[in-house]
Amino acid sequence: MISMSHFLILGAILFCISVAGIFLNRKNVIILLMAVELMLLAVNMNFVAFSHFLGDIAGQVFVFFILTVAAAEAAIGLAILVVLFRNRRSINVDDINSLNG
Amino acid sequence: MMSTSSFQTPNLLPAVPEMFVLAATCVILLADLFVRDDKKVITYLLSLATLVGAAILTITLHTGETVRTFSGSFVSDPMGDVLKVFVYLVTAAVFVYSRSYLIARNLFKGEFFILGLFGVLGMMVLISAHNMLTLYLGLELLSLSMYAMVALHRDSINATEAAMKYFILGALASGMLLYGMSLIYGITGSLDLVEINAAIKSLDDSQMMVAGLGMVLVIVGMAFKLGAVPFHMWLPDVYHGAPTAVTLYIGTAPKIAAFAMVMRLLVEGLGDMHVQWQEILIIMAVLSMAVGNIIAIAQTNIKRMLAYSTIAHVGFLLLGILAGTAEGYSSAMFYAITYTLMAAGGFGMILLLSRSGFEADRLEDFKGLSERSPWFALMMLILLLSMAGVPPTVGFYAKLAVLQSVVGVGLTWLAVLGVIFSIIGVFYYLRVIKLMYFDKPVDTSPLETTTDMRIILSANALGILYLGLMPGSLLALCVAAIG
Repeated sequence: MISMSHFLILGAILFCISVAGIFLNRKNVIILLMAVELMLLAVNMNFVAFSHFLGDIAGQVFVFFILTVAAAEAAIGLAILVVLFRNRRSINVDDINSLNG
Repeated sequence: MMSTSSFQTPNLLPAVPEMFVLAATCVILLADLFVRDDKKVITYLLSLATLVGAAILTITLHTGETVRTFSGSFVSDPMGDVLKVFVYLVTAAVFVYSRSYLIARNLFKGEFFILGLFGVLGMMVLISAHNMLTLYLGLELLSLSMYAMVALHRDSINATEAAMKYFILGALASGMLLYGMSLIYGITGSLDLVEINAAIKSLDDSQMMVAGLGMVLVIVGMAFKLGAVPFHMWLPDVYHGAPTAVTLYIGTAPKIAAFAMVMRLLVEGLGDMHVQWQEILIIMAVLSMAVGNIIAIAQTNIKRMLAYSTIAHVGFLLLGILAGTAEGYSSAMFYAITYTLMAAGGFGMILLLSRSGFEADRLEDFKGLSERSPWFALMMLILLLSMAGVPPTVGFYAKLAVLQSVVGVGLTWLAVLGVIFSIIGVFYYLRVIKLMYFDKPVDTSPLETTTDMRIILSANALGILYLGLMPGSLLALCVAAIG
C-alpha cells in the first residue's frame, strides 16, 4: 500500500532535484526554466497527497491555481528568454554577467 | 465551510476596490489598442484616474471593522485599507515621475501603465489575503507584472539580463514559499490563516517540527521577495539593470505589500510560532543592516547604492516585526510607509536628472546639483537625510519607533547594533550631499522636466519633512490600524 510518506518523499526528491538544477546548472537558461517548473510540480505532488489523505478538497483547488500560474510564469519566462537571446545571442548561464559590482 | 447544496452569493462589498481596479485595467487594456502612439497620454491619464477612483472607493468603504468574505479568504480591515491607500498614492507618484523618462526612451506605451495597474491589483489582493491561496495569487500577479516590466526596455542588454535574474530567483522564492505552504497545509489541514493559527496550538512535538520546516521555507520565500540578506542577491542587479522608471516602481509600493504579506503569514497565520520565527528574523535583520549599509559605501552607481540602502531598510523593518508586539507591528508599518515615500522621492530625483540618451545613475551625475538647481538639491538633501535617519525628517522617527519597540521586548543589544549600522550608513548618504553641495558640476545643462513632476516631487520631499516635524497623525493611524 502506498502511504502518504511515499508521496511526500517523492515530492521532496523532486523539489531537491529542481533546487539543485537551479544552483548547479551552468550551461543553459532553458534548464533553469525546466527546474522552476519541476519545483512547482513537486509542490503540487505535496498538495495532492495531503489533500487526498486529509480528505480536504482545498489542496486540490490550490493545485489547479498553481498549474495556471505556472503556465503564465512559463510564458513570461520564455518571453524574457527570447529578448535575452536577441540581445546577447547566447543563453549560456555563464554569459549572464554584465551586471556585477 | 459552505455547504455544497446551496450557493450563497458572497459579500462583495469588501472587494469592491479590487473589482474596480480589475475592471478599469481591462478597459484601459482595450482602450489602449485604439489610442495612437503619440496620444498615449490618454492611457496615462486613465491609469491615474483608476488609482484615484480606487482610493475614493477604499476610503468611502472604510468602516474600521474587520470584514471577511469569500469563505474567509479575503479580508478588509483597517490595516489593509491604510496600506492600500498608500499603495495608490505612491503608484500615482511613480506614474507621474516616470512620464518624461519613458517618453525620452520611447517606452511611453500602454504596457508600463497596464502592468503597473495589474501589479497594484496584485498588491491589493496580497494586502487583503486571508488564505494562503489568495496570498499566493496576489503575490504572483504582482511578481509576474514586475518581471515583465523589468524587461520592458527590450533592446537593453542590462534590462533583459536583470529581468532573467529576477525571474529565476523570484520563481525560486515562490517555489520555496509554496513548498512551505504545502507543509503547513498538510500539518494543520487548512489553508485559512485563522484556522492554521488555531490548529498550530494543538500540535504535538513531531508535528511541530514539520510545521517549523514549513515556516522556515515560507520565511525564505518572503525574505527573497523583501530582499533581506542572505536572499538579497537579485536586488542590486535588478535595481541597476531595470529602466529607472521600473526601478522606481519595484522599489516603492511592493514594499508595502511585502510588509502586509509578512504580517498576514507570520503574525496572523503563524503567530503562535513567534518564538521560532523571531530568531530567524533577528539573524536576517542584523545581516541585512550590516550588508546593506557596508556594501552601499562601495557603490558608484546610485541605483545600486539605493538598492543596498533598501536592503538595510528592510533590516530595520524586520526589527519592528520581530518584536512581536502591537507596538512593534505599528512601528514596522510606519517604517514601511515612510520608507516607501522616501524611496519614491529618491528614485524620482534620478528620473528628474535623466534626459534623452542620458541616465543620471552614477554618483558623479549628482555633482554640483546645488548650482544647477538649488531647490532640487535641497529636496534631495531632505530625502537623503531622511533615509539616513537624521532628525527632523521622518526617517528619524521611523527608526526611533522601531528601535523603541525592540528595546521594549528586552532586545537592547539588537537596538544598539541597529544604531551602529545606521551610523555607518549615514556616510554614504552624506557623500551624495557632499557631491551636490561642494563639488563642481560636470554636466551643466538645465533640468528638463515637466511642471507636474516638479510639483509632486517637491511635495513628496516636503511631505517627508512635514511628517518628520509632525509624525503624530501617521503614527496614530498605524497604531489604530494594527489595533
